[in-house]
Amino acid sequence: MRAVLALLALIPAPAFAAALEGEAQRQPVNWVAIGMFVAFVGLTLWITKAAAARTRTASDFYTAGGGISGFQNGLAMAGDYMSAASFLGISAQIFNDGYDGLIYSTGFLVGWPILLFLMAERLRNLGRFTFADVASYRFAQPPVRSFAAVSTLLVVSFYLVAQMVGAGQLIKLLFGLPYGAAVGIVGGLMMLYVLFGGMRATTWVQIIKAVLLLGGASFMALMVMAQSGFSLEALFARAVEVKTQAALAGGAGAAEAAERGRSIMAPGNFIKDPVSAISFGLALMLGTAGLPHILMRFFTVPDAKEARKSVLWATGWIGYFYILTFIIGFGAIVLVGTQPAYLDGQGALRGGGNMAAIHLAHAIGGNAFLGFISAVAFATILAVVAGLTLSAASAVSHDLYATVLKRGEADSADELRVSRITTLALGAFAVLLGLLFEKQNVAFMVSLAFALAASGNFPVLILSLLWSGCTTRGAAWGGTIGLLTAFVLTLLSPAVWTATFGLGEAPFPYSSAAIFSVPAGFIAIWLISLVDRSPRAAVDRAGYAAQRVRAETGIGAFAASEH
Amino acid sequence: MQKAAEDAMVAAVAADPRYIALVARRARLGWMLSAVIFFAFVAYLLLIAFDRALLGAPIGDGVTSVGIPVGLGLILLAIVLTGVYVAHANRHHDAQMAAILKDHGA
Repeated sequence: MRAVLALLALIPAPAFAAALEGEAQRQPVNWVAIGMFVAFVGLTLWITKAAAARTRTASDFYTAGGGISGFQNGLAMAGDYMSAASFLGISAQIFNDGYDGLIYSTGFLVGWPILLFLMAERLRNLGRFTFADVASYRFAQPPVRSFAAVSTLLVVSFYLVAQMVGAGQLIKLLFGLPYGAAVGIVGGLMMLYVLFGGMRATTWVQIIKAVLLLGGASFMALMVMAQSGFSLEALFARAVEVKTQAALAGGAGAAEAAERGRSIMAPGNFIKDPVSAISFGLALMLGTAGLPHILMRFFTVPDAKEARKSVLWATGWIGYFYILTFIIGFGAIVLVGTQPAYLDGQGALRGGGNMAAIHLAHAIGGNAFLGFISAVAFATILAVVAGLTLSAASAVSHDLYATVLKRGEADSADELRVSRITTLALGAFAVLLGLLFEKQNVAFMVSLAFALAASGNFPVLILSLLWSGCTTRGAAWGGTIGLLTAFVLTLLSPAVWTATFGLGEAPFPYSSAAIFSVPAGFIAIWLISLVDRSPRAAVDRAGYAAQRVRAETGIGAFAASEH
Repeated sequence: MQKAAEDAMVAAVAADPRYIALVARRARLGWMLSAVIFFAFVAYLLLIAFDRALLGAPIGDGVTSVGIPVGLGLILLAIVLTGVYVAHANRHHDAQMAAILKDHGA
């Protein structure tokens, strides 16, 4: 059970599982951190104000006018993807179990190359504002758009609630603010960015946050490496020794202590059975290529070439970040695990399980650097929720309102108004659910978001892009079946059935549904398309050839308005 | 461009043998690289599930285990493969595609 919880806990957002389980104690008010955070907010609000003046059309709002460069967009994508949990959760995982943290890191990275090789250029060439533009390119609009909008809202809602609850707990911990205030601040600021600045402000919030996070993490890793003479071997040797000493102090015999010390260099409890392992890997790998807020970023660049570069930069930054996190985790074993000031009576971390990186920041840079890292963690949550909100607002205004309801006849101003109303509603919804779920363990929600994206969005995108036989009915219903399978199996899994609702032994024994629900999505789309004899199906199949040329060449692609 | 003219161009490009060959080459590269990263990761997970002792074995006399270069290597592999694809696309595909489109009046 512990392994399952640890596994779910670490899926991006709230690795704050420990915090979510009520371990977060409110800390004394941290003025340095609050000061730095206020500076970050001031800077980003100023950018939002500047962006607001330039946000007039729907294209400005959804895609920053399409004028973001590949390098900038790569940083912003990395910013969207590197949540506070990746940083705090993975370093904490390494602090506790060593090697296992690296498994998560690789899982979160391997989806990016696939996104590049199979989708990036085609997405940019066919899409305009949302991934539904691409998924529904040659299909009847209402069914496929409705599917994509529902899927986006589901994925975003689960991700968002998990982030909000994690944010409240983390901020209580780091800043000493009450939970409700923290959730309110996050909700309010995210609404401001999205409402007034749209994609332009959201992108710059992401870029600034990514630079701060990468800079802070680089400094920490550098200091850790300097302590061990820039030798990884020396760092690992010292960490093994620390763990061995701790085991000895805990009353273990010499042989057992040595064994426990060495165990941090090998995979531990993370993976018990191959089915869960592969399933978890699939959800991460394929879910990345189906996350609406990531896919939306492909439309902010002017052409397919910049889209390609975006992914290269994003992959590079995220990979670099995970390597830093790995060093930081081992650094925490050596520099935090040996100092009684950071530990409580039982040898656990003060303030809860996710504090390893935060304590390490204090150990190497004192109160000022602790404040800086805390402020960056807060900024990180803020940036991630802003990106999520924008993609959900776009799904409602562009896919549901403008395309399905108004059949493409809505004017830009009306569409913008709808997206802003949606943003307000989502902000209120997120704050409300954040308050409601305060005491709940919501860590499973992020794994659910990844599983839904991998089982619904990913198969629909791949088959609509690459298979001429795919039809409207197949995409809309098959995608829905993939979504439902992932959803139901997750409800029946131990993390929800047993851990959250306490209903006893779970009917579905595995921690991740993807190994069943991803094939379910693909097979459903394929079968339904295959037997589809409707008149529309003939149109859909006939439209493939032209779609293919446009996807491959960019002929007729929506040009950037600023170029 | 008018819709009809654009459709005509799309049809002409689609029939161009150079376009067909280029798209096939590009697809082959994309699927091949996807397969490399996909199976490398799945193999890594299976190794963890079935033979964790192998990954935990120390390299030489040190404490660094085999799993460290394997895990970090997988991260580097992801970055390197994206780099290979982007370099290849920038150096070859883009120019070839631009030449084809130019011949069709794009």
